[in-house]
Amino acid sequence: MSNPKVREPLMHIVKRDPMPFWKSMLIRLIAVVLALVVCGGVIVLLTSMIPGKTALNPLQVYAGIWDGAMGTNRRMWVTFRDAAVLLCVGLAILPAFRMRFWNIGAEGQVLMGALGTAAVMIYGKGLPPVLLYTLMALAGILLGAIWGIIPAFFKARWNTNETLFTLMMNYVATQVVTFCIIFWENPKGSNKVGSLDKAVWLPNIAGNKYLLTISLVLFIAVALYFYMRYTKQGYEIAVVGESENTARYSGINVSKVIMRTMALSGAIAGVCGFLLAGDVGHTISTGLAGGRGFTAITVAWLGKLNPFAMIVVAFFLVFMERGSSQIATDFNLSESASEILTGIILFFILGCEFFINYRLEFRSRKHTEEVVKA
Amino acid sequence: MTPMIEMRGITKRFGKVVANENVDFVVQKGEILSVLGENGSGKTTLMNMLAGIYYPDEGQIFVDGQEVVIRSPRDAFELGIGMIHQHFKLVDVLTAAENIILGLPGKLRLDMKKITADIQALTDKYGFEIDLSKKIYEMSVSQKQTVEIVKMLYRGANILILDEPTAVLTPQETDKLFTVLRNMRDQGHSIIIITHKLHEVLALSDRVAVLRKGMSIGTVETASATEMSLTEMMVGEKVVLDIERPEPENQQLRLKMEGVNCINREGLTVLKDASFECYSGEILGIAGIAGSGQRELLESIAGLQAVTEGSILYKPKTRDWVELTHHTPEEIRQFGVRLSFVPEDRLGMGLVAAMGTTDNMMLRTYRDGFGGLLRRKKPMEMSERIIRELSIVTPGPDAPVGRMSGGNVQKVLVGREIASRPRVLMVAYPVRGLDIHSSHTIYRLLNEQKKNGAAVICVGEDLDVLLALCDRIMVLSGGRITGIVDGRTATKEEIGLLMTKSSSIAEEVAANE
Repeated sequence: MSNPKVREPLMHIVKRDPMPFWKSMLIRLIAVVLALVVCGGVIVLLTSMIPGKTALNPLQVYAGIWDGAMGTNRRMWVTFRDAAVLLCVGLAILPAFRMRFWNIGAEGQVLMGALGTAAVMIYGKGLPPVLLYTLMALAGILLGAIWGIIPAFFKARWNTNETLFTLMMNYVATQVVTFCIIFWENPKGSNKVGSLDKAVWLPNIAGNKYLLTISLVLFIAVALYFYMRYTKQGYEIAVVGESENTARYSGINVSKVIMRTMALSGAIAGVCGFLLAGDVGHTISTGLAGGRGFTAITVAWLGKLNPFAMIVVAFFLVFMERGSSQIATDFNLSESASEILTGIILFFILGCEFFINYRLEFRSRKHTEEVVKA
Repeated sequence: MTPMIEMRGITKRFGKVVANENVDFVVQKGEILSVLGENGSGKTTLMNMLAGIYYPDEGQIFVDGQEVVIRSPRDAFELGIGMIHQHFKLVDVLTAAENIILGLPGKLRLDMKKITADIQALTDKYGFEIDLSKKIYEMSVSQKQTVEIVKMLYRGANILILDEPTAVLTPQETDKLFTVLRNMRDQGHSIIIITHKLHEVLALSDRVAVLRKGMSIGTVETASATEMSLTEMMVGEKVVLDIERPEPENQQLRLKMEGVNCINREGLTVLKDASFECYSGEILGIAGIAGSGQRELLESIAGLQAVTEGSILYKPKTRDWVELTHHTPEEIRQFGVRLSFVPEDRLGMGLVAAMGTTDNMMLRTYRDGFGGLLRRKKPMEMSERIIRELSIVTPGPDAPVGRMSGGNVQKVLVGREIASRPRVLMVAYPVRGLDIHSSHTIYRLLNEQKKNGAAVICVGEDLDVLLALCDRIMVLSGGRITGIVDGRTATKEEIGLLMTKSSSIAEEVAANE
């Protein structure tokens, strides 16, 4: 029998008490500051490696990011609108995630929604505006919801894996859109639909062409918060998400809740598709969703499935993205440079959660001395 | 004589919770030491630090006079410390012998014959009864436990820690285990047994170490201790250990089960030809080894377990019989059947761990009222009332129930189920993991319901408690009802025999083929 050496491990991890809100926010703030410092170091390091160039001043770069995202009135509004669109997809997956249904098919649900709206825009030309807009919205919502219900049905009926299923549905959606584009291509042979007739675009609000999307998405955020918190259906979603056994015990029809919630999830994604086709892009293409279905997962998690926190996260991500394309041109950096910065910042923000929940206990010097004496 | 193990000034915290504070603890060579304490008193945490699962925040551990640091179960092993947890860590599809040697260094080619012979010699030495070539999934709980113990011995453990080893055993199996443990002690092993059953402590151990609220209260010679004195040490005050049993009044037939068969998800028959009747104003106890069909019996009544054959009928006070078979819990509720159910898995089935008391109160009733909005007013009043009346310790009605202690969780659950004034109240293992005070609160609540004319069905594991509380006790063995005895006259031995009577259904089927 060998004796392990009398040596305390250097440190061990200890769970922390829940800390007051202000303290956790302070830690997050410190994390952001640290992240910006590290980013500065990385910028200097990267730019000094380019031959024939002097290292950039990080502050200049930060200013460039701000300029790119918020520098002009138009840039600012576009940033707000893009954030709203991303937020909308995040809101779409929120109820599903609250139910622990890992819907990673928002990309496809958005695309299908956009497809429905685009179809109405193409075939419904000349309809009275109110009817046209209503049909556009309904078509988008309906197709999105259908795309959400299909995997939910299989999950409820045969307990299929929703992660794989929703992921695969994305590819199906892309192919369906490709097929329709060939149908609708304009001009012929261009293999794309191109900008649709101005007559079928969604209208401006108060003369501002960004406000419709922004206000609609903010409305959804508030409504969803209310739905999850104060309605019977929201309560059912939370119970099913926590434990299916408890749900069955309390008499909840689990299959029904799964399908209904995914219909809602898909419908909100459909609204996003409706906005993308009718208001933002005025067209339909396979790239219309632009990976937002996946970025939205980041938004939902970082926002801890709280619609209001998600607003902040969505804004931050879009802000960084738009700022980065600006510094790419300003300083002749690759756009990947900004992705590195976003990555560093996210790493710090996510990493600081560890310090909110745990702390490290280091080997106490006192104890070590005692052992030495003994 | 140097003690086998000495722990000095051990402190372990989990966040704000202090699990152990400045605990001193000594185990001698060749003794059986009981670690006694209420739930949450830090027994298991303390032992887990010996087994290398937790690392102490402060304090020193000495094994055989040498200071040691136990950073992992491997370190513990090398020091000859083996712990047998409540949940066994065995591979189901391997045989006993294969499980015993699993993970040990050895040659590329296994000489199973020689290994089996070695293990056999060991088991004979201590008097274990074990079939080494049997696969784990074919074994009963007590056989699995034997495998765990032999596994530790074969690896050279001379300090054995057993965490509540008798919770899953019949009285007869418990006696057998105790014989083996005494043999091991006589061969010079040190044995630590964690338990909260006082009569077992008195029957088995040489000394008793008592913990209370994470602190060591003292160690006494068993010979000089009584149940009363130990309880006082554990709780810190005099408590009445008697359980009330009022005479049943005005009994009416309330629930009838006729020839019910159930099949579980794996396609195994878990309940076979079950028939019984239950009356208002009585407590019907259900005894049996864990997994004998208790859960399925209750869940089939609650509408949660599919019934393949037979019927379950409910007799309201004035109306005619109501058929419960093949109906969902919600349908049963809509029939006006006031059926309450406290399931075994409190946080995984009866409650939502992440929600507060208020939101858990409305789990069964949230659908009431017109429209799609939740009404939190009544549940809020209800949760405040229950917190007050059952003295539940919680930061507030919105604090997640998952963060509460076991006793408080159970009070929330039982409180909710009783609030609907049930005609039939089913409870599964209502006091598992609860301290003496909370346990007696639960017994009191069950008796209140009985006096109110409810038919109470109580699945329990401690036969002493069932015999003190219940009017009748129904015994299950391998999915069959093997007998119903009178709680006032039956003995533990009688019930113990019924618990193992007739082989399990699986064996029966195998025999028929």
